[in-house]
Amino acid sequence: MQVDRLAAPAFWFSSSALTQQASIATEIPAARLPEPFVKWFSERGWSPRAHQIELLARAQAGRSALLIAPTGAGKTLAGFLPSLVDLTTRPKRRPGEARRGVHTLYISPLKALAVDIERNLAKPVDEMGLPITMETRTGDTPAHKRQRQKLSPPDILLTTPEQLALLIATKDAERFFAGLRHIVLDELHSLVISKRGHLLSLGLARLRALVPGLQTIGLSATVAEPDELRRWLVPQNPPGKMSDLIEVTGGARPDITILASDERVPWAGHSARYAIPELYAAIRRHKTTLLFVNTRSQAELLFQELWRINEDSLPIALHHGSLDVGQRRRVEKAMEQNALRAIVATSTLDLGIDWGDVDLVVHVGAPKGASRLAQRIGRSNHRMDEPSQAILVPANRFEVLECEAALEANYLGAQDTPPLREGGLDVLAQHVLGCACAEPFDAAALFEEVKNAEPYAGLDRETFDKVVDFVATGGYALKSYERYARIRRTKDGLWRVSHPRVAQQYRLNVGTIIEAPMLNVRMTRAGRGANGRGGPMLGKVEEYFLETLRPGDTFLFSGKVVRFEGIRENECLVSSAAGSDPKVPSYFGGKFPLSTYLAGEVRAMLADPERWQALPDQVADWLRLQRDKSVLPARGELLVETFPRGGRHYMVAYPFEGRLAHQTLGMLLTRRLDRAGGHPLGFVATEYSLAVWGLSDLGAMFSSGALSLGALFDEDMLGDDLEAWLDESWLLKRTFRDCALISGLIEKRHPGQEKSGRQVTVSTDLVYDVLRAHEPDHILMRATRSDAAAGLLDVARLSEMLSRIRGRIVHKRLERISPLAVPVMLEIGRERVDGEANDLLLREAAEDLIHEAMGET
Amino acid sequence: MNQAAKIVADAAPIPTAIAGEQALCDHRGVLYLPAMRLMVVSDLHLEKGSSLARRGTLVPPYDTAATLARLAETIAHYRPETVVSLGDSFHDGEGAARMPDAFRDRLVAMMEGRRWFWIAGNHDPLPPDGVPGRTVDQLAVGGLLFRHEPAPGARVGEIAGHLHPGARVVRRGRSVRRACFVGDGTRLIMPAFGAFTGMLNVLDDAFDGLFSAERMVAYVLGRERVYAVAWAQLRRG
Repeated sequence: MQVDRLAAPAFWFSSSALTQQASIATEIPAARLPEPFVKWFSERGWSPRAHQIELLARAQAGRSALLIAPTGAGKTLAGFLPSLVDLTTRPKRRPGEARRGVHTLYISPLKALAVDIERNLAKPVDEMGLPITMETRTGDTPAHKRQRQKLSPPDILLTTPEQLALLIATKDAERFFAGLRHIVLDELHSLVISKRGHLLSLGLARLRALVPGLQTIGLSATVAEPDELRRWLVPQNPPGKMSDLIEVTGGARPDITILASDERVPWAGHSARYAIPELYAAIRRHKTTLLFVNTRSQAELLFQELWRINEDSLPIALHHGSLDVGQRRRVEKAMEQNALRAIVATSTLDLGIDWGDVDLVVHVGAPKGASRLAQRIGRSNHRMDEPSQAILVPANRFEVLECEAALEANYLGAQDTPPLREGGLDVLAQHVLGCACAEPFDAAALFEEVKNAEPYAGLDRETFDKVVDFVATGGYALKSYERYARIRRTKDGLWRVSHPRVAQQYRLNVGTIIEAPMLNVRMTRAGRGANGRGGPMLGKVEEYFLETLRPGDTFLFSGKVVRFEGIRENECLVSSAAGSDPKVPSYFGGKFPLSTYLAGEVRAMLADPERWQALPDQVADWLRLQRDKSVLPARGELLVETFPRGGRHYMVAYPFEGRLAHQTLGMLLTRRLDRAGGHPLGFVATEYSLAVWGLSDLGAMFSSGALSLGALFDEDMLGDDLEAWLDESWLLKRTFRDCALISGLIEKRHPGQEKSGRQVTVSTDLVYDVLRAHEPDHILMRATRSDAAAGLLDVARLSEMLSRIRGRIVHKRLERISPLAVPVMLEIGRERVDGEANDLLLREAAEDLIHEAMGET
Repeated sequence: MNQAAKIVADAAPIPTAIAGEQALCDHRGVLYLPAMRLMVVSDLHLEKGSSLARRGTLVPPYDTAATLARLAETIAHYRPETVVSLGDSFHDGEGAARMPDAFRDRLVAMMEGRRWFWIAGNHDPLPPDGVPGRTVDQLAVGGLLFRHEPAPGARVGEIAGHLHPGARVVRRGRSVRRACFVGDGTRLIMPAFGAFTGMLNVLDDAFDGLFSAERMVAYVLGRERVYAVAWAQLRRG
């Protein structure tokens, strides 16, 4: 019966009709599969998949390899098979022989993933009766268990990048890892793009120094540039070497549709409220539905709207990272037991965790990048041989275009991930201190070791020495901290920790995940203000969200409407406000910018009326209307429209480069317009376009030649204008705070006391101001600027765009707003320009005092 | 013209009165009493950077330089006969001794030709090493009393520091936090002047009972001027 076959763990093994492109460049002897494995397979009527055997063969030949496969291809087992086989066939430990250390280290970006893998791996290991021990080690592992693991390590240790950093920073690291043979890096594509990845790469370099013959196995979803990951897996000093590659393609084509709604798709906004009844109907038709959204507030809203019409009281749950851990675990458990019909989730559920019998994935809002989409679709039906069911729900008309492009990309298998960045110097500083905590180091040797890590392959010695100097004394030109050095160079030329306290503090502050300051949300009775007695904890909320609330304001949290009562210490007190209308949190977008690839596809779609047939009628009509009233830009062009409205003059540009790049562009354009006499008043940026408004008639200025569009959009804005603006910007302060914490300049935690996020924010801002004034070229300022340019400003993308559109700007002077401009115009007033915290607000508050004094209020 | 309207029309500094004594709140964080040609500054926390560095937090050693540069600017502007530093002038008892010579010279140069009082603070209860000036616990001038920590209850004519007052204003969904003077016409608390000093919201419990709420005004430090903000406009947090 078909159901029986499905119930078997096809996740692990099956006879499958996958197409396979193993890159067999060198002759690798056939894999040797020991008896218990062969028996176990045949008893179940299964056979290992080709790529699993291929990877085993390569590992047995002593090679490191990258396995790229879609979700559901049995990737994880493939990664462990070489270890399981090696552990099964190794000679038994003789009496009196020293205890063997960890044989295989498995590293995943998520704690939950490690736990999940342990459960999945335990089954075949038990059934085959293999003499293998397996344990997890995460931030949640109790101290006594960690202690025991140090003395008596398991054969396979499942852990996270932060725990690896802690393990290599201990004095017995060398002994602990002496028996290490394999490292399995799961979800490598998601690890490598972050600072966690930088930390992990440095940890790998250290492990290679401790165990020269170490083999790595990388597991990844499909990526655009596999060679980057292949370099990541092998030593890069000298640079250029790559691991083997095994690439699995194919699998069942997912069945993806864009929600064909009878309702009107809105011009702007992110709520997708229009689609709720249709989504509810889809939930009713399926066994279990996963609904993904891009932000927490979207999740809250969707959850509440679904329950509003949940006439059948279907079990629909909510899951996002701000919820209380206990609550999240309950949802996960219910999910495993197939007790839920639908779950509304954010990216906390994003990676390859195996969930129950999901038969439909819904993605609300634009998917922001094709590879993210592929990941999320993969969630449905964790078995490759059957098609996954997915529905995309665009929240506005531009998102319809984006979803259409994403859909085509998924069929084409086009993938994109952000380009890899050079390793962060703040992360390197943390690692250098960690190395000193393990044992005294020689700077020249450590430099050579660090260059083995792919993100640091291009590091120069001078920069490295500056980082070491920073770790020692802060690295300031004013050499006044020599006597307070954290590490010192002793007579033998080695750098050592100057005090045991330094190592203790390092261990408390390890890691690169800096959370936005968060406050616990606790229920209390209404009307008691911040003095009410505390009830149950609901979860955590970002401090900056609370900044704008006044007591009495209502918002959605944990699926309930709650009233803000006040803040007491690190808790936000709320009371139940069931039945009232929530003041929905504003949309904090920009987290996942529109990918370069999708942006290109959207532009191409706009320019090609043939492709509009794939779009819903109302969207195609919208584009036709734009063509009639204004113009649609050709693929390589930038359209700039100008029109008057309500006593102001507007300029709308359509670069399609994502909100971050547009925000940067908006800042720089308003500076330039100001100088040119355009009297700009403000701007607003969306994922797709940018609107600037002012008092002067910009259209007339462009038409008369008083102001040249070419000059306005010239690439040279990325020079002095950018520098001048950046120096004043709050963006740099926020980035500096992260760099200061990661590099260990400021501690996240002291022994025995935890600083609140706010205390840290205040002091790093002050430190930033002083450092900028007195030593603007300090290594930490360098790290901050390079982070901001890449992460917050998308300067690279902006620069690419500016050079692409040079000489290809199309200006259309209009009498009134164009159809294409409507979405961005609707954002005005809803979105704010986050510039300098401004004196204007203070002046207004001061003027109120005057009115009060004059008896006008 | 209405008196209050004139206040806003004028550029910095902004006049206030403490127990009938006229004073100017300067946006750089100093108070100037024209009749006495006296300038007040509070909570300089000099050498806070090196104090933290001693305990392993290697923040930049430039805070003293930054603080002194701003202090020199205000002194050059007002040319006071007398300067009162309202305590916590140094971040710890050894701060003055630890101060690099270049900075000490700069400070001494500023002090030259004027009377200079160091009010003892909780961070620096003893006279600073190697720096001139008189150290006193408190100082009475006319109807005014200068001390580091504000005494509890209503105190007419007291000018104090210690609390690092800050104001938060929320407007149109945005929140602005700045250091401020806070006064009610009878007493005044000074903002902290040091480059590495944080702040405490004036609505915090620590300020309870010090001011009459109806008359309490925060003189908020802006970029180029001071803004007078009424108590009702202030927000916690």
